Amino acid sequence: MNRIVEFAMGLLFGIGLILSGMTDPGKVIGFLDLLGAWDPSLALVMGGAIAVGTVAFAVARQRSTSFLGGVMHLPQPGRIDRQLVLGSLVFGVGWGLAGFCPGPALVSLGSGEPKAAVFVVSMLAGMWIFDWASKTRPSLQTEGAR
Amino acid sequence: MTIDWNHFTPWTSLIGGVLLGLSAALFILLNGRVLGISGIVGGLLAPRAGDTGWRVSFVLGLLAAPLAYALFATPVVPRIDAGWGLLVLAGLLVGVGTRYGSGCTSGHGVCGLSRLSPRSLVATLSFMGAGFAVVYLVRHLLA
Repeated sequence: MNRIVEFAMGLLFGIGLILSGMTDPGKVIGFLDLLGAWDPSLALVMGGAIAVGTVAFAVARQRSTSFLGGVMHLPQPGRIDRQLVLGSLVFGVGWGLAGFCPGPALVSLGSGEPKAAVFVVSMLAGMWIFDWASKTRPSLQTEGAR
Repeated sequence: MTIDWNHFTPWTSLIGGVLLGLSAALFILLNGRVLGISGIVGGLLAPRAGDTGWRVSFVLGLLAAPLAYALFATPVVPRIDAGWGLLVLAGLLVGVGTRYGSGCTSGHGVCGLSRLSPRSLVATLSFMGAGFAVVYLVRHLLA
């Protein structure tokens, strides 16, 4: 039962990404091109998402179990540390270069886009490299939510 | 700065965004998990017993979305200007950065901000800032 729900959530999220234009790197970069011809769409996408999300998380915060009886996995409040900022900056650079982030890249991969495939493989490689490097380097280790 | 009226899509952006929020809402309320895609995918790289099924199901949903979308609408043709080398570099940076920074646009941007997380606010401002800077560099300084 849960597997079907999770699949449906991925489907719904993916459809949202496609509808909102977020699977089109051109649209994403259009938003990031503040000083050029600026496409504010992404701001509205985030706005719409957060408007709904805020209600849900306000409810979730009060619970220790999900409505299907599972554990409520809410991340503990953490420090704003160097890893958070540095990691996010690095992510942002990659995002700005190709206009892809993890979700849209996977959806695009699902549509058979070869450029998305190259991006996804590289992204997985980057994740794997980081995980491997952080095993022996305490400075890279994060509180990261799983 | 000029508004790109040719490409600005206020209604589909809002509606699409609401769908994203709805998915994240259902994900936390039904599954008790934050819809953070870099984390969901990252957890598949070092699979732990009992912890992979839900991740695989969710990712399959993402992959199946274009098929579902095509049932009721004409698919969007994406504009991907990046060449192969740049795609590899960008992918590597996104992979490293999302793990190091513990999240991405869905985890920090959508869920983190919805949770009113100060960490996620800092993360989001950071990756947005970096994104703005890189695009400025590429489109207006180096072009």
